[in-house]
Amino acid sequence: MSHHKLEARSLYFSYPDGHEAVKNVSFTIYHGESVGLIGANGAGKSTLLMLLMGILFPSRGEVLVGDVRLTKKTLPAIRQRLGFVFQNPDDQLFMTTVYDDVAFGPRNYGLDEDEVKIRAEKALEMVGIPHLRDRAPFKLSGGEKRVAAIASVLSMQPDILIMDEPTSALDPKSRRRVINLLKNFEHTKIIASHDLDMVLETCRRVIVLNEGEIAADGITEEILFNKELLESCGLEIPLSLQNCPVCGTFKSHISHVKKWDLSFSCKCQD
Amino acid sequence: MSNIINSLYNIRLLDDLARKKTFIHSIHPLIKLLTTIVYVAVLASFERHEVSALLPFVFYPVFILSFAEIPVVPILKRVLLVEPLIIGIGILNPLFDNYIVVFGDIVVSRGWLTFLSIFIKCSLAVTVSILLVATTGMDRLAIALRMLKIPRIFALQLLLTYRYIWLLIEESLRMVRAYSLRAPGQKGVKINDLGSFLGQMLLRAFDRAQRIYQAMSLRGFTGEYNAGDVPKIKFRDFVYFAAWSLFFIIARIYNIAVLIGALFTGVGR
Ligand SMILES: Nc1ncnc2c1ncn2[C@@H]1O[C@H](COP(=O)(O)OP(=O)(O)OP(=O)(O)O)[C@@H](O)[C@H]1O
Ligand SMILES: [Mg+2]
Repeated sequence: MSHHKLEARSLYFSYPDGHEAVKNVSFTIYHGESVGLIGANGAGKSTLLMLLMGILFPSRGEVLVGDVRLTKKTLPAIRQRLGFVFQNPDDQLFMTTVYDDVAFGPRNYGLDEDEVKIRAEKALEMVGIPHLRDRAPFKLSGGEKRVAAIASVLSMQPDILIMDEPTSALDPKSRRRVINLLKNFEHTKIIASHDLDMVLETCRRVIVLNEGEIAADGITEEILFNKELLESCGLEIPLSLQNCPVCGTFKSHISHVKKWDLSFSCKCQD
Repeated sequence: MSNIINSLYNIRLLDDLARKKTFIHSIHPLIKLLTTIVYVAVLASFERHEVSALLPFVFYPVFILSFAEIPVVPILKRVLLVEPLIIGIGILNPLFDNYIVVFGDIVVSRGWLTFLSIFIKCSLAVTVSILLVATTGMDRLAIALRMLKIPRIFALQLLLTYRYIWLLIEESLRMVRAYSLRAPGQKGVKINDLGSFLGQMLLRAFDRAQRIYQAMSLRGFTGEYNAGDVPKIKFRDFVYFAAWSLFFIIARIYNIAVLIGALFTGVGR
């Protein structure tokens, strides 16, 4: 389905203070792909996502969603198809109840209240927080806020889900929950993160950003195993792929990685 | 300083209260707004130094407090916050108006009566306004305003201001907390640091407001605020409005406090 395609064509962007945060970035993401966008702090991940969402406009180059070019005029129609989860859920949740926040998007698109209710409840169900519907968002825990923010985007039923650091500041249990959630989405998704283990589990393709430029773009396992590449971009091989902490030999579970199963399986434990 | 920080949690108390489901909460927002407007208008129409006739008007906030299950203390605290302002408005009266009024054995200056009158009126008006928000919620209040044909931009302005104010307060409380952790045993923010402190606060609040606005527009927000289904005005709502308005007007025309007093002492005026 070509209308779920997302394409960036040689994007450049400079902040008003002259800092060039994104340089010559091009890629195409097709329907159903899951793409991890990785890079060190300040590599330009958030900036790039904002360019894709039309929060910022590139100084050169263009973004195409489906076959439509992203401009101020096409923005409303395009935004309906992209769901963006902010790095900080506090920026996203501002209504008085979780339900109202999840219903905010659908209501803005003029759906009638019955349809809004169906969508909101479905979204809450999907992320597993129907019991939080009447709580005030600012009183939730960090992990609960995160999934609530994800639900508030899912209720709009976007074609493409774009997330900035979905697992940052989460405890292991909440992180696991978000990861499982992401793994089960059939959406086209783009996930910006430094959490390479999460990327390894949830994404099949990885784009590496380094100082605003694309340093690599390819299959997840190939890139995340490439120690040199990652280190030159200020990153590290994911923990789950590093040497076995018990015997020090390289973990022998590459075959498992392909099946998205990262259970620890060094020979020394047999 | 822990005091301020505790209040971080209570800041949105009114929002929480507005979500209760009592009889008062279920009254249509427009009706509650209109009732409050009538109440304040009638209060304002009283003689400058009227005091005893104001007493029946305490009944309305008390009624709401008890039937809407609103805790009294936090509401009073919020009223107390504006009290200095009210005192400031009224305090000149006793100074300039020395005319003496005699009630039986008691002699008072009319200036003090006027001050007391202003004080009671303003406190009552502030209380019912806070109660209106606490039983209706700002979102629904904005809908009520729209029903009164108040231009969209004003209703929206009110709503966003209300949202942003909490953000601003939260942001500053967080900064105060961070500051106090690194400046133990010190009261408040040092004057030397105040400049950059306030500057930071403003920038941060501005940034935050902008991100929230972005989040809103990403979810299709174009200026019309939709807060969901608005219930129809029911017969019950009309009765509520009519009954209270009648009560306010009767209490305006007849001094109920004096009438009741007369009933008990058997002395007519
Ligand atoms: N508002 C701004 N004004 C000027 N420069 C900015 C602004 N926001 C970000 N930058 C700069 O742009 C570069 C890219 O920032 P960006 O936020 O996109 O990085 P990031 O990859 O998301 O980093 P992180 O992993 O820390 O979230 C950084 O060098 C940053 O200093
Ligand atoms: Mg970022």
